[in-house]
Amino acid sequence: MIKNAIKRIYVAFIFIFLYAPIATLMILSFNASKTRAKWGGFTLTWYQALFLNEEIMQALFNTLLIALTASITATLIGTIACISIMNLKKYTRTIIIGITNIPMLNADIVTGISLMLLFISTGLRFGMGTILLSHITFCIPYVILNILPKMKQLNPYTYEAALDLGAGPVYGFMKVVFPEILPGILSGFLMAFTMSLDDFIITHFTKGAGADTLSTKIYTEVKKGIKPEMYALSTIIFLTVLLLLLLVNKSPSNTKNTTQ
Amino acid sequence: MNKILIDLKNINKSFDGQMVLDDLNLYIRENEFLTLLGPSGCGKTTTLRILGGFEMPDTGKVIFDGADITKLPPNKRQLNTVFQKYALFTHMTIAENIAFGLRIKNKSKSYIDDKIKYALKLVNLEGYEKRMPDSLSGGQQQRIAIARAIVNEPKVLLLDEPLGALDLKLRQDMQYELIRLKNELGITFIYVTHDQEEALTMSDTIVVMNQGYIQQIGTPEKIYNEPENAFIADFIGDSNIISSTMIEDKLVDILGTRFPCVDTGFGCNKPVDVVIRPEDVILSDPDRGRINGVVTHLIFKGVHYEMEVMAAGYEWLVHSTSMFPVGTKVGINVDPFNIQIMNKPASEDEEAVGINE
Amino acid sequence: MNKKKLLGTPYFIWSTLFILIPLGIVFYYGLTDESGAFTLNNVMAISSPGHAKSLWISLGLSLVSTLICLFLAYPLAMILCSGDHSLQTGFLSSKSNAAHKNIIVLIFILPMWMNFLLRTLAWQTLLEKTGVINNILAFLHLPALKIINTPYAIILGMVYNFLPFMVLPVYNSLIKIDPNVIHAARDLGANEFQVFTKITLPLTTPGIISGITMVFIPALTTFLISKLLGGGKILLIGNVIEEEFTQASNWHLGSGLSIVLMMFIIFNMVVSAVFDKDGKGGTL
Repeated sequence: MIKNAIKRIYVAFIFIFLYAPIATLMILSFNASKTRAKWGGFTLTWYQALFLNEEIMQALFNTLLIALTASITATLIGTIACISIMNLKKYTRTIIIGITNIPMLNADIVTGISLMLLFISTGLRFGMGTILLSHITFCIPYVILNILPKMKQLNPYTYEAALDLGAGPVYGFMKVVFPEILPGILSGFLMAFTMSLDDFIITHFTKGAGADTLSTKIYTEVKKGIKPEMYALSTIIFLTVLLLLLLVNKSPSNTKNTTQ
Repeated sequence: MNKILIDLKNINKSFDGQMVLDDLNLYIRENEFLTLLGPSGCGKTTTLRILGGFEMPDTGKVIFDGADITKLPPNKRQLNTVFQKYALFTHMTIAENIAFGLRIKNKSKSYIDDKIKYALKLVNLEGYEKRMPDSLSGGQQQRIAIARAIVNEPKVLLLDEPLGALDLKLRQDMQYELIRLKNELGITFIYVTHDQEEALTMSDTIVVMNQGYIQQIGTPEKIYNEPENAFIADFIGDSNIISSTMIEDKLVDILGTRFPCVDTGFGCNKPVDVVIRPEDVILSDPDRGRINGVVTHLIFKGVHYEMEVMAAGYEWLVHSTSMFPVGTKVGINVDPFNIQIMNKPASEDEEAVGINE
Repeated sequence: MNKKKLLGTPYFIWSTLFILIPLGIVFYYGLTDESGAFTLNNVMAISSPGHAKSLWISLGLSLVSTLICLFLAYPLAMILCSGDHSLQTGFLSSKSNAAHKNIIVLIFILPMWMNFLLRTLAWQTLLEKTGVINNILAFLHLPALKIINTPYAIILGMVYNFLPFMVLPVYNSLIKIDPNVIHAARDLGANEFQVFTKITLPLTTPGIISGITMVFIPALTTFLISKLLGGGKILLIGNVIEEEFTQASNWHLGSGLSIVLMMFIIFNMVVSAVFDKDGKGGTL
């Protein structure tokens, strides 16, 4: 019993450690005082101001646009690449997977500057385009590394069985292989989306002067002081995601119960 | 008769409110090969885990060699387990796997080396000391799991469906191997399986379990020839189970025809279940048996022919070395001592226990 | 078969263009001077007192953070695993097991949806002289915590940001252990401590190694955490490189130092490859 109590306290401690800053930010979003140090009473002002702040709204739009485009593009390229990787000879496959691992294992700062140097030497104009290219680059590995294990688990005969029963390669893939690897594709997509949304370092080096995402916007605000509208926005994003996750996690368990 | 080594007394166990063992009582003698047999979910594995110390019964006692070991942790018990799917330590060599228990007990190096050699020889895997478990076939891993357990010289070896993952031929070989091992070691084996053939081949005693209850305890011959209820008869091999009426002692009415039998004590005009094994049904020319029927199916099975005969509204399963083509009219006969009479389940509750798998 | 191989072409081109060539450019800049002549000076610049100091501080802080992460994460992962009911009874379906695992992963991924910079900045608010934590400490009549703008704050920031990357691989390697393997060790006479040292720890080594990599490398190369929580006084090697690119515009020096950084990363990868021969390390 005492052992269990210690375990619970320990988990609670870690949980508080992880979520205390998040709770702090949420509380700050309702703080009437403009400085972080003092509590000036409850207010919803920042939530109203948020939607009128064009700079923040633009950064939010950029962030979502890049995260969505980058993760969708990465998912497409990555999924198709996986089919090909599975059919490569072992030696070539090892090399390709090794290259795929580079952006994940390398330091973000090195990835960032290497892409920046590439864009400079090719004379590409810095902006949304370069951010997008960079994000796709670091998103693809997450997609591939999520799908490959599912591909390896696949029973190769099911695809052959589909062909044997008269399916064309594309039809056979969509009907037999695709449903099996779908969980991998989805988790890869979600991880890519999350990573893109949360990225600062690579964006920092590849954004140029004009375009800003939420991360880089916050970074420029650090010295002047973060606008409380940012806290309000973060709170909204966090709660939205939390709600979505709760809904997603609830629904399958419900259907499971009814089928039993 | 050997003395009683293990005594399970009034064991109850439930998981999440679901009863898995219901007032189980069972004793196991020294040097016995005892098999817990039943369909999945019958409680046989839970019984084994309670013996091994991995599960604590909700109520009841486990007596080992006269001492109560109900609350003793697994590492303090004088029994060792061979686990389902082997549970070898994949990060250790074969020798390290086998030495594991002995190193824990701080045995000397020379003693351990001798034991490893002896154990590998016993399971016919000499020279495998340096190999890793992953490089061995399923059957070889199985033997190592056994070797790892027996070097500790347990008084009892618990085996949890150890042959379940092997293919048929290997399984049959390992059955003989296990009998040989048991005889060489002279210890008690408690074996869990859902495979009736395994149970019949190896055991001294079979305990048939279903839904947390013990259905019957007996020698393989007794379980096969004299099943106590329809569940056992159905679970142990193919059989014809026919709802009938006991007219008086030694006379039963099966499907409207009277058959002499050898059972007594069921009363007069009482509904009973009759079990007739397919190899005990004797086919003859029509009108020379007690019931007439027509052969509806015929399959050649190698050792014998398997036929289905429609007679008196029941499809009889028949095994015979002589062949009767489909459509042949035949007579059916059964020797009195091959008719096994069983009580009908007393209540619906018991029936549910008996029939549901 | 050939058609299937062709499907990978877009990705192969992409990874050449955006992974291999950029790295090549970094190496080109790092190994040349302004006139384009080969030189090792940019790489050797790491031995200059200022750079060497930054490297040592980075190595020290990231090592300490990694160890703290490991010692916080391992017990946590074990508790989370033992809380998994199916492990104890062996009776629940693998489905509920998967659901349980998903929730654990979510708890640690979820904070990432709150912006990384804001989360880290929030620690400023918590750690300030008159911040939340000091108010609580004062209320309990405990001495105030003065760690903001010190190396301790940077360690805290590193542990906070990278702890999930230690918990998840360790948890994944723990959950993969067949409960029967633990039972077998118990059955053969091992007590709980022996089971841990002889079975659990060796079997989770791949997870630990991959956790160490996933914490150590971002910690070693960060420039943000030191900027946000170190008060600008402590220069990590990441800060030095960043400034070479954004302020000093000495790409050759920045690239040279990046090469040094990559050598540490490669060293770390080689070490983990030695420990994790079968590539069984659990990732995210």
